Amino acid sequence: MISSNLLAIFYLISGVLFILALRGLSSPETSRQGNLFGIIGMAIAIGVTIISVGNFSTGFLYLLVLLLIGGSIGAFIAFKIPMTAMPELVAGFHSLVGLAAVFVAISAFLNPEVFSLGSPGNIKVASLIEMSLGAAIGAITFTGSIIAFLKLRGIMSGSPITFFGQHYLNLILGIILVGLVFYLCKTQADIWFWTIIIISFLVGILLIIPIGGADMPVVISMLNSYSGWAAAGIGFTLENTALIITGALVGSSGAILSYIMCKGMNRSFFNVILGGWGATDQSSSNHSKEQKPVKSGNADDAAFLMKNASSVIIVPGYGMAVAQAQHALREMVDALKKNGVKVTYAIHPVAGRMPGHMNVLLAEANVSYDEVFELEEINNDFANCDVAYVIGANDVTNPVAKTDPQSPIYGMPILDVEKSKSVLFVKRSLSPGYAGIDNDLFYRDNTLMLFADAKKMTEDIIKSL
Amino acid sequence: MEIDPFIFRFSIFILSIFIGYYVVWSVTPSLHTPLMSVTNAISSVIIVGAIIAALAGETENIFDTANIFGFLAIILAAVNIFGGFLVTQRMLAMYKKKKKEIK
Repeated sequence: MISSNLLAIFYLISGVLFILALRGLSSPETSRQGNLFGIIGMAIAIGVTIISVGNFSTGFLYLLVLLLIGGSIGAFIAFKIPMTAMPELVAGFHSLVGLAAVFVAISAFLNPEVFSLGSPGNIKVASLIEMSLGAAIGAITFTGSIIAFLKLRGIMSGSPITFFGQHYLNLILGIILVGLVFYLCKTQADIWFWTIIIISFLVGILLIIPIGGADMPVVISMLNSYSGWAAAGIGFTLENTALIITGALVGSSGAILSYIMCKGMNRSFFNVILGGWGATDQSSSNHSKEQKPVKSGNADDAAFLMKNASSVIIVPGYGMAVAQAQHALREMVDALKKNGVKVTYAIHPVAGRMPGHMNVLLAEANVSYDEVFELEEINNDFANCDVAYVIGANDVTNPVAKTDPQSPIYGMPILDVEKSKSVLFVKRSLSPGYAGIDNDLFYRDNTLMLFADAKKMTEDIIKSL
Repeated sequence: MEIDPFIFRFSIFILSIFIGYYVVWSVTPSLHTPLMSVTNAISSVIIVGAIIAALAGETENIFDTANIFGFLAIILAAVNIFGGFLVTQRMLAMYKKKKKEIK
């Protein structure tokens, strides 16, 4: 047994180590050390909690066994998962945090003496509010993340599911939740607590189904944020500083990422949450199907253009991840560099299905991170570049965002690909991107369309180089 | 008048949000994916609540409903802790700055 003051100090140390873990991510050099701080912080928190409970009987054995089982599953997944599956992995992990929060809240509700919150049927009102908040947010995180996981994994269609009155239904459920918390505090009856959890599960599903595939970066960040607030809610219930600090950190981290993602699409957070582009704009994409001349080429043309260029900028997008083309891409770049071509990579904030998705894939393919640039850093370079190689990106290069105020993506910051001397656009067909609008770039004089699978085309170019 | 301990915890909470705000803005965009996986791992510190819930109570009666929920939460959080930190480690190991290549 250790005194509760000492325990609180250890939790504070854990919290500080977690802050340092995030701080480490400010540069790749310090990031590995940061991760280590995080692991130490976690070990301290778990260690002192076990000591403080001081129960080393059968229960402790179970604890060790369960830690081992859970840990092995986690470690197995961590080592086996391909990097392209990172978005669904993160969504899956969020769901676990959410469900764990729900379980801890249930446990605290059923056995409040353990956490000194009063006795069953006579729990402090503040604690009841805190645990219902933790349970509700946890439950929303759980089902929401499951839906996000299914969409990212392709088990569920990525297109938005909307129905009449959806937003009103969500609003009504939200009001019902507030009412239920009120009744729970008044009557202390179990039934209200269980109803809160069930309705929150439902809200989680309803919140995520109307959001389309390409808005997933926002959704994942948002669920990241929710899992933090759920942890903070439980932290207040259990009066545990480590949980409160961590919950606040994770909550604000997810919120900032959501903000960055929304800004990358020039949309408000509510616009994204209230349902997708894809749903509203499908009609407008169909009637503008007139035939416009398109120049298309093959791998030899592309190889010739790039070999004779002095600088090439690569613009990767979700299509690169789908085709698993990152390794082939890096080989192509290596071959170009041997020919004395200067090659850099340009990454749009919302490229891919989660924040930083493209960076991880390029890192996996051994691309040095100082060759990879963000939108603001590289956008002026397109004007001086000979060839832009667009692989798997679409909407984020569409010049319409700058020229046509009618367009749904008007105002979205885009990569100024059209300013480069020539554009090589790898794509399987002329079909519009997620936003459902035609890409003006396809029909420009300086654009050469390469109709093929991203990986296949890149490999063919390597052969011709 | 004495200050309710809740106010202290609430202060910690608010200040931590601000710390989180400034720390996360300084994270380089290329590390946003590892940021998500590591925040995932650290939010599993919820395991401390699960441990207390699971081990509390009389030693003979370890399989009370409340305990079982605690044990379940331990498994979930453990998957997340090990999975989250290890996958972050694996990703961060890939971020390398290569030596200038020989032409």
